[in-house]
Amino acid sequence: MTMTDVIRTQRLTKHYGCHRVVDSLNLRVQQGQVYGFLGRNGAGKSTTIKMLLGMVQPDSGEAELLGEPVSKLRPETRERIAYIAEGHPLYNWMTVGEVVRFTRAFYSQWNTELVEQILDHFELSRKQKLRRLSNGQRAQVSLALAVAPEPELLILDDPTLGLDTVVRRDFLESLIQIIHRKGRTILFSSHILGDVERVADRIGILVDGVLRVDCPTDHFRASVKKLVLDFPGPAPEGFECPGLVNQWRTGSQLELVLVGYDDAQRTAVESLQPRNIEVVELNLEEAFIQYTRGRRRSLPLFATEGSDDQSTRDQGAA
Amino acid sequence: MQFLCDTTSRTPIYRQLIDQVRHGVARGKLRVGDRLPSVRQLSRELVVNPNTVARAYTELEREGTLITQQGRGVFVAPPRTDLTKKARRKQLGERLDLLFVEAVHLGFTADELQAMVQDRIGQFAFVEEKGNE
Repeated sequence: MTMTDVIRTQRLTKHYGCHRVVDSLNLRVQQGQVYGFLGRNGAGKSTTIKMLLGMVQPDSGEAELLGEPVSKLRPETRERIAYIAEGHPLYNWMTVGEVVRFTRAFYSQWNTELVEQILDHFELSRKQKLRRLSNGQRAQVSLALAVAPEPELLILDDPTLGLDTVVRRDFLESLIQIIHRKGRTILFSSHILGDVERVADRIGILVDGVLRVDCPTDHFRASVKKLVLDFPGPAPEGFECPGLVNQWRTGSQLELVLVGYDDAQRTAVESLQPRNIEVVELNLEEAFIQYTRGRRRSLPLFATEGSDDQSTRDQGAA
Repeated sequence: MQFLCDTTSRTPIYRQLIDQVRHGVARGKLRVGDRLPSVRQLSRELVVNPNTVARAYTELEREGTLITQQGRGVFVAPPRTDLTKKARRKQLGERLDLLFVEAVHLGFTADELQAMVQDRIGQFAFVEEKGNE
């Protein structure tokens, strides 16, 4: 199967003042992928998304969507891209019916049936004013508007922010339906790692504007490990090895968080001569927390090129 | 059979699905020839990426638990006979030894272990006795 890049950025960089918000970002999202774009607040996710959409000018570097430079997107190409902004902004004075008619006017292609289906499913009346909708209903309306033109690429900026658990599940269900339509590519940012694990094939993690992780979702989760070492006496201080993200000492115990646990690391750990080594698996949320709260500048880079093949792993210390 | 998916678990979702199918078959909730939900159906039901479900099914097919019949769906396959009885006996023996090690360390007597095994046998769907093998 030949894969085409639907999103491709090259050394994309943005400063706000002297602060580098996005740093030489090389992001590639292939056709059909569901890409979870992660990072802590202020890591540069929204700025990146805004640069992809041409709403923020990069200082340097390039971004391409569907094979065309963002600054020179043809209107026909722009129609194939949907964007859902953070917080689901809508014209509050319109009714549901009005916003559907209004938005429709901008597109040559419009799936009326799909919009009706979504609105009916969530029992949204066409006569209701947008200002009276709950956060969850707003999310559903903006999703309906986004998918109606049958876009090939959907970019969603934290679409489940502020939604309660049930509404979030509804939203994810709608998203899964969209994924079922073959060939659709989705990039979404989120802070809810359980949701990301459900829907994302691949994740990227931005830390201080640098894309430090870019690999299949399961692969990242599986490669961050916590090791609990027991010592007969006090645990040693100042342990160092490649891929070490974090460590804590408590009495005779030493806890290490390692990325890409391998034989070299195992040998390094064993040379401390602990009485016992327990390797603890982490779920995606735990792995994300452990990884992103590590010593930021020295975080190990972690990426795989292209396929989901675990053996094509390529990583090195930053 | 009802499938579950738990994102707080440390077991990846595809692995959770594999375990559930294997347990379902072993406990007789899924029988040979039973049809499983399609990848799309299960993906929608559990609200997980279809690729995750597909990955679980592919793995289960590779190990011989499931079989895909083109255009008809995914079914529970008959127990594997591609390995010789000797090889299968060896595999099971290794697992049994692990159980024995555990039992000894937990301080059980041989009789107690035997009683527990006997007690649980009824909960699982074993292959019916065949005339000759």
